[in-house]
Amino acid sequence: MINPKVYLNPKLFDPDIEQVPSRNGYGEGLVLAGEENEAVVALCADLTESTRMEAFAKKFPERFVEVGVAEQNLVTVAAGMALGGKIPFTSSYATFSPGRNWEQIRTTICYNNVPVKVIGSHAGISVGPDGATHQALEDLAIMRSLPNMIVISPADTIEARKATIAIARLSQPCYMRLSREKVPVVTTNQTPFEIGKAEVFYEGSDVAVIATGEMVRRALLAAKEMESHNISVRVINCHTIKPLDKDVILKAAEECGAIVTVEEHQVTGGLGGAVAELITQHLPVPMKIIGIEDRFGESGAPDELLIKFGLTKEAISQAITHVLRMKNK
Amino acid sequence: MLTDNELKKLEVTANLIRQDIIEMLLEAGSGHSGGPLGMADIFTALYFHILNHDPVKPDWNERDRLILSHGHICPVRYATMARSGYFPVSELKTLRKLGSRLQGHPHRGSLPGLETTSGPLGSGLSQATGLALAGRIDKAKWRVICLMSDGEQDEGNTWEGVMLAGKNKLHNLTALLDRNNIQIDGFTEDIMPLNDLKAKYEAFNWHVIEIDGHNIQEIIAAFDEAKAIFEKPTLILAHTIPGKGVSFMENKFEWHGKPPNKEEAKLALAELKH
Repeated sequence: MINPKVYLNPKLFDPDIEQVPSRNGYGEGLVLAGEENEAVVALCADLTESTRMEAFAKKFPERFVEVGVAEQNLVTVAAGMALGGKIPFTSSYATFSPGRNWEQIRTTICYNNVPVKVIGSHAGISVGPDGATHQALEDLAIMRSLPNMIVISPADTIEARKATIAIARLSQPCYMRLSREKVPVVTTNQTPFEIGKAEVFYEGSDVAVIATGEMVRRALLAAKEMESHNISVRVINCHTIKPLDKDVILKAAEECGAIVTVEEHQVTGGLGGAVAELITQHLPVPMKIIGIEDRFGESGAPDELLIKFGLTKEAISQAITHVLRMKNK
Repeated sequence: MLTDNELKKLEVTANLIRQDIIEMLLEAGSGHSGGPLGMADIFTALYFHILNHDPVKPDWNERDRLILSHGHICPVRYATMARSGYFPVSELKTLRKLGSRLQGHPHRGSLPGLETTSGPLGSGLSQATGLALAGRIDKAKWRVICLMSDGEQDEGNTWEGVMLAGKNKLHNLTALLDRNNIQIDGFTEDIMPLNDLKAKYEAFNWHVIEIDGHNIQEIIAAFDEAKAIFEKPTLILAHTIPGKGVSFMENKFEWHGKPPNKEEAKLALAELKH
């Protein structure tokens, strides 16, 4: 059953649930963060409207820097502004930033340990018709491997807004990925959000499904469906990929004894990788990682692509059955 | 203009710094010789005359920010910092050793007084541009100075920074380009011709001054002139001789990235002390 303490959207399971891209919540959060702290500045690489930096740029023109189509410059100029006491947010599409400028992020942001916030929009296969060049499926892996970097993947627009305000208050480098497409609004203003803390959204004890981003709602739909088969599924919303919430995940491994992870990312190095690194060393239990299987995406409608690439409620249900069999062997 | 006496004093200091560089590199057993020796006069002029800084309070907020983009020449920065009082000269011998604050390439978190971490080429000017933008927002009086190499003009990231600084008319930013014509694999004009750097920077809305990078009077005059330019960032195109002061290292790209051995160091020191 739904955990009543997380105040999820009452229309959670309705087909007509409100849908909003998570980049919208980021845009709102950035203005709020800018109001809260005048050290917050924003930099964009010629994608101001589509990365939702427009409202900030209009409200604080003197704190907004347009760098042109130059993602290496985007993050290195931001690093310089951070050295000068600012809290810079940088926006582009995730395949370009952090895709194109990884070394600059490594040296000038992470090794320098300055509070630059790298925001990658258009993450995941659900980017749709733009095709594989614009569908970031590796961003979590390349950001998660950097020391000092915090990595966030919000479940919906409300969580993206909260995360934006929260990371603006941190003195560390952060990466946050966002969706281009509309995503069902799973949470509400009352849902707890704390960086580094995963939340149990659905209570259960046979299998734990750890999901991130858009996949959280699909995991919840699978959990509800499995209930009718007398399988009790715990769903955990893991919005912070790094640092991972060890307590909640190890508790799930201990109490459920089987884990499924789901993400719109390569199975290599993302949420599944992070969870596997943790549980294999502390509390090994049967596990299945659902994600993109070492391939590039393609053009198509977002829903068509999610089906083709196996990121569906049905795939999650199958994985649940699979790990349950492994557990009971 | 410096008096003859003041000039002489700086020249003696630059020579001392060159000797430090040879001794550090010999002790370390690895590192770069050509660039550090070639930049000794510029570093001396900066730390002993041009920069507004306080070695006792490296994080003093009103200090000028000196970004070293081509981090591999850090022996000259370390030696100059030690000679100007940031840390004991004896610490120079720890260069590149385990636990040292003097990392093989400069790391901001290791040594107070370094503004940033550098080594990977081509990202210093963009950071300097960011610092200058931050300073402008805060109406700060401090200035940003960025030192870079000619080899790193090969990097696209450098030109992204050039364009943004020119677009924003960042007159609180002065860059100095160490035009020594060598890089690891050979002479710059053979590896990747840079052609007319003055014309290139001017085309991106920079003010350009060309100087002899070993003439301390010219170095100081150029930084003074940069302060008087209010519409543009300034590039000081400093022509230098790599390995300057040690005849067998001068103008040889083979000395870009290696340290002297014991015999070579002895010869170099004898020449410098002469």
